[in-house]
Amino acid sequence: MSLLRTEQLQKRFGETHAVDNVNFVVEQGEVLSLIGSNGAGKTTLVNLISGLLSPDSGKIFLQDQDITSMGIYDRIKAGIARSFQLVNLFDQLTALDNVALTIFSRQGKTQRLTALAVNDREVTDEALAVLDAFGLQDRWNIPAIGLAQGERKLLDVAVAYALRPHLLFLDEPTSGVSTRDKGRVMDTITSVVRSGHITAVIIEHDMDVVFTYSDRIVVMHEGAILADGTPAEIRANAAVATTLLGTPTAE
Amino acid sequence: MTSANIAFRSLKPLRLLLAVSPIAVLLLCIPYLTNPYQTLILAYGLIMAIAALGFNLLLGYTGLLSFGHSAYFGVGAYAVAFMVKYLHVRSMELFVLGGLLATIVLTALFGVICVRYTRIFFSILTLALSQVLWSLAYKFFWVTGGTDGLRVPTPSLVAGMVDAAKLSYGGKVVTYYYYVLFFFFLSVGLMWLIVHSPFGTALQAIRDNETRAAFVGVRVQRFRWLAFLVSGIFTGLAGILWVPLNGLTTPDILVWTFSGRIVFFTVLGGFRSFVGPILGAVVFNYLETYAISATVYWQFVLGAVLVVLVLVMPTGLVGLLSRLAYAVRRAT
Repeated sequence: MSLLRTEQLQKRFGETHAVDNVNFVVEQGEVLSLIGSNGAGKTTLVNLISGLLSPDSGKIFLQDQDITSMGIYDRIKAGIARSFQLVNLFDQLTALDNVALTIFSRQGKTQRLTALAVNDREVTDEALAVLDAFGLQDRWNIPAIGLAQGERKLLDVAVAYALRPHLLFLDEPTSGVSTRDKGRVMDTITSVVRSGHITAVIIEHDMDVVFTYSDRIVVMHEGAILADGTPAEIRANAAVATTLLGTPTAE
Repeated sequence: MTSANIAFRSLKPLRLLLAVSPIAVLLLCIPYLTNPYQTLILAYGLIMAIAALGFNLLLGYTGLLSFGHSAYFGVGAYAVAFMVKYLHVRSMELFVLGGLLATIVLTALFGVICVRYTRIFFSILTLALSQVLWSLAYKFFWVTGGTDGLRVPTPSLVAGMVDAAKLSYGGKVVTYYYYVLFFFFLSVGLMWLIVHSPFGTALQAIRDNETRAAFVGVRVQRFRWLAFLVSGIFTGLAGILWVPLNGLTTPDILVWTFSGRIVFFTVLGGFRSFVGPILGAVVFNYLETYAISATVYWQFVLGAVLVVLVLVMPTGLVGLLSRLAYAVRRAT
């Protein structure tokens, strides 16, 4: 049984077919990269699966449960989490509070009005452990807005990770990160994801990152899936090379 | 870093206690340090501070600017006046219970309508709804007394043990001041707990980034409604405490300019800090009282203060004091 699958998923914006009858499958435990040129429909597909957008037609199944009509809240409870292309954090809150809030939410404690948040040792300890895993333990008391771009990207993923999802979507986790820091950011993310046995779908433009860290790659083009395979298969795919890289494959 | 260290470093309990204790002692001693008139002005200031605390839960912590908080202040005050006129109630504790009940019902209803929107739409909607209440109070004069308003005599306090009506003017003021002070301390403590709770953190998350808040499992609209409700309850409590002190309630406290006053003193103190609205309410109350007694152009004075505030002190009095304290520390 696949962890996630979509059936004939479709989304239009006016005359543009952003997602066009897509049958997308994610297997349990894999790190999958979703690639394609700008406007290929990658982010729209993730927005449809995570609940930010509603499809025009088609179905989405998580572990064979139809989640198509579920709201964002219920999809999170079902085990889907995501980070964003542009860093989406709670800027005035500290790094610790960013993660702690997610844990409070997961544990159903956010409606507690008269309990001091920092006195919840269990949540604080877990939040510190998450920050530690992402290499941010020394930055716990810094407001998110005061962190460096690479740290903000890591915190963005840490916030989603703290939901303990089954399926984690990472939308361009290295965008805006310096070339020097990309490896460190991706090493940290994939290490945490794999050790937590979380299935991850990464949208990424950097092909070095994609081919280094993925178990499987899905290529999208003009709203449809162009190719699906291992990194070696994708590298050898002539259609991908022509469409995505603009060059023919070497014979 | 351990969680115990973090609790200590985040809340700075010793610093907090050191800062609060002298102010609490000073407030307790005020009636013995000054005359009843000054005590009376401070009592008004503390009541407005309770209203500002409630208002700032929406503005400072949830990111929603309400221009309709006169409605919740007014419904608290009018509920008390109706209890006097139609039920002949004289107990302050019953006023508080009845007033809070009326405030909860109205705020819950208005909240359901308003929290569907944000930014300017939210502000206009809150303003419009408060104006509906104002027009009802203005037009249904056979119920509300119209522009003449409704009189509220001095109530009995502490379950009838203190009949404030039989006291001298000074005794009445001092007794009621301590009554207000009790609710002020209670409100400050409760609000401090709320904004430092997981709920308070969730509200700040909504303020900073509502999309992301939804994606960590915060039910944004429900939390906004809860914040709206709590905010209204605090402001309603201020209206309940205010009306026996004023002795009369008129539609003037329901009109949108009264909401503007709450916005004014919250911004004056600084809406980005917890103590800002408290300080702003007390200072504004003194400023208005002395401006009115000093000049017929008192509204010009308040307008000028508002302009200076926006241009020179966007972080309010608390921001200014913080900058001064920082400059002094650097100089020494």
